[in-house]
Amino acid sequence: MKKIFIIILLLFAIILFAEFPDGNDLIRKVDDNMYSKNAISTSRMIVHGRRGSRTMEIKSWAESEDKSFSEYLSPPRDAGTKMLKLEDKLWIYNPASDRIIQISGHLLRQSMMGSDLSYEDMMEENELIKIYNTEVTGEEIINERDCWIVLLTAKVEDAAYHTKKVWIDKERYLPLREERFGKSGKLLKTTEIKEVFKIGKRWYPKNMVFKDVLKKGKGTEFIIDSIEFDVEIPKAVFTKAALRK
Amino acid sequence: MLKFLAKGLMRDRTRSLFPILIIAAGVMLTVLFFSWINGYAMMLIQDNARFETGHVKIVTRAYKELIDQKPYDLGLMNVTEKIEILSNEYPQMHWQPRIYFGGLLDLPDEKGETLTQGEVIGFGVDLFTDSFEQDLLNLNDALSQGNLPTKQGEILISSEVAEKLGININDKVTIIGSTMYGSMAMHNFTVSGMVRFGIQVMDRGAVIVDIADVRLFLDMEDSASEILGFLPKYNEDTTFEISATFNETYTNEDDEFSEIMLPLRTQGQMEFLLTALDERMGMFIFIFIFVMSLVLWNSGLMNGIRRYGEIGVRLAIGESKGHIYRSLILESFLIGIAATIIGTAIGLIFSYFLQYNGIDVSSMLKDSKVIMSATMRAQVTPASYFIGFFPGVIASVAGAVISGIGIYKRNTAQLFKELET
Repeated sequence: MKKIFIIILLLFAIILFAEFPDGNDLIRKVDDNMYSKNAISTSRMIVHGRRGSRTMEIKSWAESEDKSFSEYLSPPRDAGTKMLKLEDKLWIYNPASDRIIQISGHLLRQSMMGSDLSYEDMMEENELIKIYNTEVTGEEIINERDCWIVLLTAKVEDAAYHTKKVWIDKERYLPLREERFGKSGKLLKTTEIKEVFKIGKRWYPKNMVFKDVLKKGKGTEFIIDSIEFDVEIPKAVFTKAALRK
Repeated sequence: MLKFLAKGLMRDRTRSLFPILIIAAGVMLTVLFFSWINGYAMMLIQDNARFETGHVKIVTRAYKELIDQKPYDLGLMNVTEKIEILSNEYPQMHWQPRIYFGGLLDLPDEKGETLTQGEVIGFGVDLFTDSFEQDLLNLNDALSQGNLPTKQGEILISSEVAEKLGININDKVTIIGSTMYGSMAMHNFTVSGMVRFGIQVMDRGAVIVDIADVRLFLDMEDSASEILGFLPKYNEDTTFEISATFNETYTNEDDEFSEIMLPLRTQGQMEFLLTALDERMGMFIFIFIFVMSLVLWNSGLMNGIRRYGEIGVRLAIGESKGHIYRSLILESFLIGIAATIIGTAIGLIFSYFLQYNGIDVSSMLKDSKVIMSATMRAQVTPASYFIGFFPGVIASVAGAVISGIGIYKRNTAQLFKELET
């Protein structure tokens, strides 16, 4: 009788644990879905500030996770502003002053073009698996989609956020909601995917809302208008010379 | 009677010398302390009004919430129209728009790449319409090298920043900040001069630029962080009256961008500092009167013992106790007056010395966030001439009032017996 009871208990425990997938596998699938060898996209960033909203149009080129280049197309005041990210370095070109400035130190924590994102957010390594330890803690329905709740804890010293709580779509492997916390456990930023679209085999965010919870305002909307994956990008794009062109 | 008592005091110095010395020393300290506190308060008000608070300041309600961060993105708009209205409604005041901004000053090398960078606090002030701001900020005196800006695109940099970053006159520098709407902003300036204000907060990293350039740089057309108002002469009551009438008309609780006027005293740490100064002065005078009264009471008792025989004789020949008591109080009053005059004179000499020479306190202000000159000076005001009279005379009279009570304890029937011994 005792043996049967222990076996039932073990089976019950196995079933319970088996319900939650491995966090690393889950995050790897998210990384595989979200990141490609290279991509060219056009997007809109709408900053909903306290004094109204402002829309910026951006064209971006990205290769692996180390290189990216963006050019602001509008509004007129920001048009021509370019950003180049090469590994852990970030340069900005401002056409009004015709200067290229490297963003470093405390400037990295500043808001990027007035949005709820910081330059540090932009610099963060794309593949989550490389920066965070994972633990699946539960499940919840978000926007009518079944999601796993995954707790990510930084395993590297220089991570922008100490912990992240991510709600991952069980089928599409998209992080539908994300909460980012500081070392003290204070909630700093939230991200929510409002709309998704399918390109080829992968699901991709179409409309995302970033919110710096320490800032007043309604957050920053990021809308991807078009994106092409795995296209050839000339090497010259990812050079400082391209900033002045 | 007065003449009689005065002669008695002068001829019998043992009655007057000790109390005069004690009271004069106390009065001297009171006058010096009062003038010193006065100088500190005046300096605090003047320096803060010039650089930070104005005599009153107008901001938006949203800006006020985060006023320490100087969030120019929550600043005032349509400033020209607002100043016109203010000038009509409060013609006794001068109104000046200002933009305060933080940024990164970047010095490029010959290839245009960053050579050095440093954080700066920017002051966008009207340098060209008239000389009001130049005079107010004392720019001509503060200029340590080069010239004041004469055209758009020129900048004044604090000497400390220039030294630290290796910037020279006529160098081209870029300031990096963000526009009123949050976009990255960069603007090139030519260094026309370097300034040293003798105020740590300013000298640590200030740059001064014409407000038109800052508006262009930060995308703040006809906008300002704040509008500062200045009376011809600072008067705290007037600033509170004007603020109350303005706020009644213009502040709207439902609109976070409605304007609110803040009098100097209510801004930042001013309330705390000025109240602390007032309290300290009051406390100092109270302690002085209390301690002096105790000392003079004791001195009066000693005097009573020494003059035991004299008072006995006066009672024996028929002088009333009340009359003797009153004469002792009158004596102490004369002593108080004389000592106060001497103490005030010495206190004023020291105060004037500190008013003209001052004391360098820069080492104490190294990390200070309060706008204050590095040289602290006393300030002699008409009140300095009579502030010592209250504690000086009150302490002297109070001492005599308490110690003189002993007269009423003398038994007239035993006087002759006492005198015989």
